[in-house]
Amino acid sequence: MYTQALDIPPGEQPKRTPDAVENAAYQAEFDARIDAGATIEAKDWMPEAYRKTLVRQISQHAHSEIVGMLPEGNWISRAPSLKRKAILLAKVQDEGGHGLYLYAAAETLGVSRDDLTEALLSGKAKYSSIFNYPTLNWADVGVIGWLVDGAAIMNQIPLCKCSYGPYARAMVRVCKEESFHQRQGYDALLAMMGGTDEQRELVQDAVNRWWWPSLMMFGPHDADSPNSGQSMRWGIKRISNDDLRQKFVDATVKQAEVLGVTLPDPELKWNEARGHYDFAAIDWDEFWNVVNGHGQCNVDRLAARVKAWEDGAWVREAAVAHADKQAAREKAAA
Amino acid sequence: MGAPAMTQTTPAHLEYVLRLGDAALIHGQRLSEWCGHAPVLEEDLALANMALDFVGQARMLLSHAGVLEGKGRDEDTLAFLRHEGQYRNPTLCEMPNTDFAHTMIKGFLLGSFNLLMWSRLCGSSDEALAAIAAKSLKEARYHVEHTGDWVIRLGDGTEESHRRAQAALDMLWPYTNELFAANPTDDAAAAAGVGPAWSDLAEDWEKAVLAVLKHATLTVPARTPFQSYGKFGRHSEHLGHLLAVMQHLPRSFPGATW
Ligand SMILES: [Fe+2]
Ligand SMILES: [Fe+2]
Repeated sequence: MYTQALDIPPGEQPKRTPDAVENAAYQAEFDARIDAGATIEAKDWMPEAYRKTLVRQISQHAHSEIVGMLPEGNWISRAPSLKRKAILLAKVQDEGGHGLYLYAAAETLGVSRDDLTEALLSGKAKYSSIFNYPTLNWADVGVIGWLVDGAAIMNQIPLCKCSYGPYARAMVRVCKEESFHQRQGYDALLAMMGGTDEQRELVQDAVNRWWWPSLMMFGPHDADSPNSGQSMRWGIKRISNDDLRQKFVDATVKQAEVLGVTLPDPELKWNEARGHYDFAAIDWDEFWNVVNGHGQCNVDRLAARVKAWEDGAWVREAAVAHADKQAAREKAAA
Repeated sequence: MGAPAMTQTTPAHLEYVLRLGDAALIHGQRLSEWCGHAPVLEEDLALANMALDFVGQARMLLSHAGVLEGKGRDEDTLAFLRHEGQYRNPTLCEMPNTDFAHTMIKGFLLGSFNLLMWSRLCGSSDEALAAIAAKSLKEARYHVEHTGDWVIRLGDGTEESHRRAQAALDMLWPYTNELFAANPTDDAAAAAGVGPAWSDLAEDWEKAVLAVLKHATLTVPARTPFQSYGKFGRHSEHLGHLLAVMQHLPRSFPGATW
């Protein structure tokens, strides 16, 4: 995973800093490069607002990968076969790896991983709100792979061509692994759908709970996404939230049919004139409630990250202390 | 795996392989509990990596045990549908994670044992077991290096890390007696060339382990008469809880495939 709602928090318009104004010539050169579809690298001059937008987006994305380890991690100890346990462990490990590349990409913009972690733990930084939903049965693991990783891929494929080089390159690697996750999730669901009635009920229950939150992952409607326009101009965002969401719905309906599950939307139907599936209105109140901290698991997820960080403090201190001792010993011996 | 299903497998041979498989299974399960909760992101990845190695070893070993047994039990039947007293892992494997020091000390003590074990098992008369050993040996080298580095960092780090590492060592050390307790299974397996009697590894293990503990400035606890009996099927109270979690789904949905 996992980007969502690239413009959260809403209404925070990037400002032109004095710095950017002072560098009008650089700005013109930057704009020309963006218009030509060229890639911006870490060493290149960039407007402060562009840098800030990227730091916010990349760090939110990194945090989402890390927090995203928790809901599925919840099932590692209970995976129903050794093969599924290994697949799930590897998947959750991949998500940690994605977090690592993304923090590294953010660091190229002059921020430190420790500062970003601090922002997450203090509740200042956001992460994808999909992870504030609970994983309640084993099929949730498969459904997350299918729908949540699936939505993430839709969101992230355009980012492989994002104007900022280090982010774009991280996304290429991440997207490959996400599509693998999606296939494995779908495969786990196929196995369950081919099993007993009880197993099929688990899958349907999980689909019912994850369908709408997955659609919310694409963020607010275009009309309610104040930052999208600027991100589009900067080549950070290539396709609008609503277009991505529609693409996801269109692709997923057929997969649901093959699987034999019902998507929980009575209004979902093919619209010949549009050439797309129509679907019911999204409950944006629920979305904003979860974004603003009132989802079922917001408190638990953050508490789990804080606990891991605090419980690990003595370990990190020990590593530093040992390295310092080693360095002092080597110096004394030299 | 080309196990000799048609030739007669001795109970000792099966027991020996089951012991290795259960050790990997239970240790892997414990390591996997860290996933998402480690002290630093790099360590989340390393712990998951080790857990994956052990789950992978467990799959190969339990599949092989199923073939040796010849009653049609596969890796999952053996992993999920036995009762507590039928598991043959050493008690040390099932001890709780408690804190990062316990996990690293335990991983190091077991890893050092596994390293010796796999290197001997590469020459096993059981070809399938020898093939598993060759693969597992490479993994064990990394496990010993990784956990050994942490034992040294923690032991020779801060006052707190030293105290925690020493407490973990004091707690876990008595369970290493069990690894080397002589028994008829080992004697028979050794006589048949399946693998070494575990007691034969004691000397080399102690040498390797003590060198690192010394480097880590940790005090090696005195040997006591304490004995545990996990590898004979008499476990600590911890295993039942681990199994209750691990076996939950296969037991709740009998006959389901996943
Ligand atoms: Fe990911
Ligand atoms: Fe993923």
